[in-house]
Amino acid sequence: MSKLHSVKLPHYSASAEQSTRKIPAPEVVAISMAQHIGAPCEPCVAVGDSVKVGQKIGDSEAFMSAPVHASVSGTVKEIRDVMNVFGRICKTVVIANDNKNEMYEGIKPPKCDTREEFLKAVRESGAIGLGGAGFPTHVKLAFDKSKVNIEYLLLNGAECEPYITSDYRELMENSDNVLAGIDLIMQKLEIPNAIIGIEEDKPAAIDKLTKLAIRYPNISVQKLPGAYPQGAEKVLVHSLTGRVVSEGKLPSDVGCVVMNVSTAGFIYSYIKTGVPLVKRRITIDGNIVNNPANFFIPVGTLLHSIVGFADVRKQPDRIVLGGPMMGSCAFDPDTPLGKTNNAVLLFADTKKAEPTACIRCGRCVRACAANLMPTELESAFDARDVKELQRLKVNLCVNCGACSFVCPAKRNLAEKNQLAKDFLREATAPKK
Amino acid sequence: MSKLFVEASPHIRSPRTTKNIMLDVIIALCPALVASIVIFGYKAAVLVAVCVASCVLFEFLFNKIVKKKGTVSDLSAVVTGMLLAFNLPADLPVYMAVIGGFVAIVIVKCLFGGIGQNFANPAITARIVLMLSFTASMTSVWAKPMAWLDKTDAVTSATPLNVLASGEGELPSLMDMLLGLRGGCLGETCIAALLIGGIYLICRRVIRPITPICFIGTVALLTFFSGGFDVNYVAYQVMGGGLVLGAFFMATDYSTTPMTDKGNVIFAIGCGVITFLIREFATYPEGVSFSILVMNCLTPLIDRFTASKPFGAITPKKEGKKE
Repeated sequence: MSKLHSVKLPHYSASAEQSTRKIPAPEVVAISMAQHIGAPCEPCVAVGDSVKVGQKIGDSEAFMSAPVHASVSGTVKEIRDVMNVFGRICKTVVIANDNKNEMYEGIKPPKCDTREEFLKAVRESGAIGLGGAGFPTHVKLAFDKSKVNIEYLLLNGAECEPYITSDYRELMENSDNVLAGIDLIMQKLEIPNAIIGIEEDKPAAIDKLTKLAIRYPNISVQKLPGAYPQGAEKVLVHSLTGRVVSEGKLPSDVGCVVMNVSTAGFIYSYIKTGVPLVKRRITIDGNIVNNPANFFIPVGTLLHSIVGFADVRKQPDRIVLGGPMMGSCAFDPDTPLGKTNNAVLLFADTKKAEPTACIRCGRCVRACAANLMPTELESAFDARDVKELQRLKVNLCVNCGACSFVCPAKRNLAEKNQLAKDFLREATAPKK
Repeated sequence: MSKLFVEASPHIRSPRTTKNIMLDVIIALCPALVASIVIFGYKAAVLVAVCVASCVLFEFLFNKIVKKKGTVSDLSAVVTGMLLAFNLPADLPVYMAVIGGFVAIVIVKCLFGGIGQNFANPAITARIVLMLSFTASMTSVWAKPMAWLDKTDAVTSATPLNVLASGEGELPSLMDMLLGLRGGCLGETCIAALLIGGIYLICRRVIRPITPICFIGTVALLTFFSGGFDVNYVAYQVMGGGLVLGAFFMATDYSTTPMTDKGNVIFAIGCGVITFLIREFATYPEGVSFSILVMNCLTPLIDRFTASKPFGAITPKKEGKKE
C-alpha cells in the first residue's frame, strides 16, 4: 500500500480532557433551512406559531435533503433570509426561547423493522454528517444494493485538525451508543464489517473503543497515523482498506460507506428515543480562550451567544467556524451555527499571511494528499488555462489546506485551488 | 465587537518562511566560511564581504530602478553572494568579484523575474562567466593554504584535480583534503566544514539528502570503475574540486532544480554523470559547475516528465476514432 503525502500539524487539544458542558440557554435561536449540502428546506411553521423541542419546522420534497427541527421551545418570531455558515443566504426560522424546554408531544421512538423504515427514520431524524461537510446521512446509507456491494462501514474518528476534540469527546462519553449505532446500521443495511479509524494521538479513545468493541465481532478499531489530512474521506478509505476511490467515484463504488463517529452515536440515540438532531457538541478554543472545552449547543445558536459566553482574555479579531485548516472565518457575529459546526475558535493578534514569490521549494507538492502540484495549479489558474487545470486535476483537491500551511512564501495555494475549481466549472459549463 | 478579520482557510501557517530558510543556508555556510579564512587568510573574508555586498546592492538597485517591491530582506542575495565567493579563488581581484555579483544577481536572477524565477543557478553561472572571461585569474592562480602564516603570497599552480589530470605535481594527503589544506576555490576546500553545514541543512529539513547522495554517489561509482577500483582515487575525486560544495549547496537550490523526489534523483544522477565525463574526458579538470548548469536547463523538462500522478486520477484515454 503506497503512502500518501501528509503534513505534521501543531498539536492543540487543550479541550480534550474536559467533559462536555452545557451553555446557558440562548434567548433566541435562528435555524437555517439549509443545514446540509443539497436542497434547502421550506419552513412549515409560520410567524407567531409556538413550537416545542424536536418539532419539525422545515422539510423538503427533494431526496438530497434532511428536515430541520426546533431546538428550543418558544414562539416563531420571524422568518427571514440569513447567511448561514456555508455562506449561503436562505430562509431562517428565528425562535424566541421561552426557557421551558418543553419536548414535542409527537416524539416517540420510530418504527424501524425493515431497511426502508430505518432509512426513513434516519431521514426524519434530520441526521447529516456531523464531521463538517454536512452530507444528509440517509442519502449516504441509501445505496443501491443491486449495484454496489458494500463490505465496510468506515467510522471516521480521525479528527485530524488541531483544536477540535468534539468527536474525541463523543468517543469517550458516548462510546456505547457509538458502537450500538454502528451495530444497528450494519444490521439494518446488511454491511458485514465495520472499522473505526482513530488517530494515534488519541490513545485513550483507541483503548476504550477496542475494549468495548470485543462485544461486536465484526467491528474493529484501527489506529491511524497522526498525519493531516487523515480524516479526508478518500484518505481514510485508503488508510483503512487500502482501496483507492478514483476520480468522480464515491466510496460506495469501492464497497465502503464512510460516516463520522458522532453521526453513528446520534442515530442510535434517535432510534431509541425519537429525539431528532436539535443539539450538537462543539469545541470552543483558540489562542485567547481560558478554559477550552466542549459544549452542547442547540442548533441555531447565534455566534455572539457563544462569544459572549466564552471565557476569553481579550476581544477576538478572528473567529473561525470549524477547524483552523478547513474552517471558515465568520463575517458576522450574528451568524447562526448549524448542525455541521464542530468548533468555534476565537483568535486575537493574528496576522494576515503576506504572500511572497514562490521559491519552487516543492513543499506543497510533498504535502498534497491528493498528489497534486499546488504551485503549478496556481500558475495555471493565474493564466486562466482551462486545459492545464484539467490536466493537473484541480477537481481532485479536497481543500485540506496543507499546501498553504507548509508554503514558506505564505502563498494562498488552497484558496487559489478553490477559485480554480469554480473557474473551471464555469468555463466548462455547457453554453446555453 | 471589534472588526473581524476574514481570510480563506487555512488559518494557521507553518513557521517556515523564505527568510528563515535563507538564514539556515547562511548558517550552514558559516563553518566553511570560517575554514576558508583560516586557510586563506583575511583576503578570503574580504572576497566574501565584497561578493555579498555587491549582490545585495545590485538586487536593491535593480528593484529600485524597475520599481519592484524590495526583496533584499529575504536574504537570498546574501546566500548568492556567499556561494559566489566560495566558488572563486581567494586571490581573485576584487573588481572581478563585483562583476561576478552583477552577472549573478542582475543578469541571471533579476532579469528573469527575481527569486524563484531564474532557471540557472546565479552563483554557478557567474563563476562560469568569470572563468570564460578571466581564465587566467580564475583557473591558474591558487593561493597556497596557510601561506598567510609566513606572511607570503605564495601561490601554487595546481589543484588536486589538476594533479590527477596531468599526473604532475604532488597530491596533498587525504587528511589535508578533508581539512581543506589544498589549492582550490575559497569555500570548496574544507570538506569537513561543508559536511557539517550540509548535515545541518538536512536536520533542519531545508534540503533533503537524496540530491547530495545521488550526486556524490554517482561520481564515486563512476570514478571507482574508471580508476580501476582504486578507493584512494575515488576519495580524491570526491573531495577534490567543488563536488561537495556543489552537491550540498548548489544542486539543492530550490528554484533551479526539480520539485519532485523522482525529479531530484534524475537531476542529481545527471549532474554526477556530466561531472564525471568532464573530469575524465574534457580539457577542464573540473566539471561540477558545468554539470549543474546543464541540468538546470533540463529542469523544466524533468519536472514535466516526473509530475506526480494525482491520487485516484483517471488518465483520459488517447482520443480514438469516434464511432
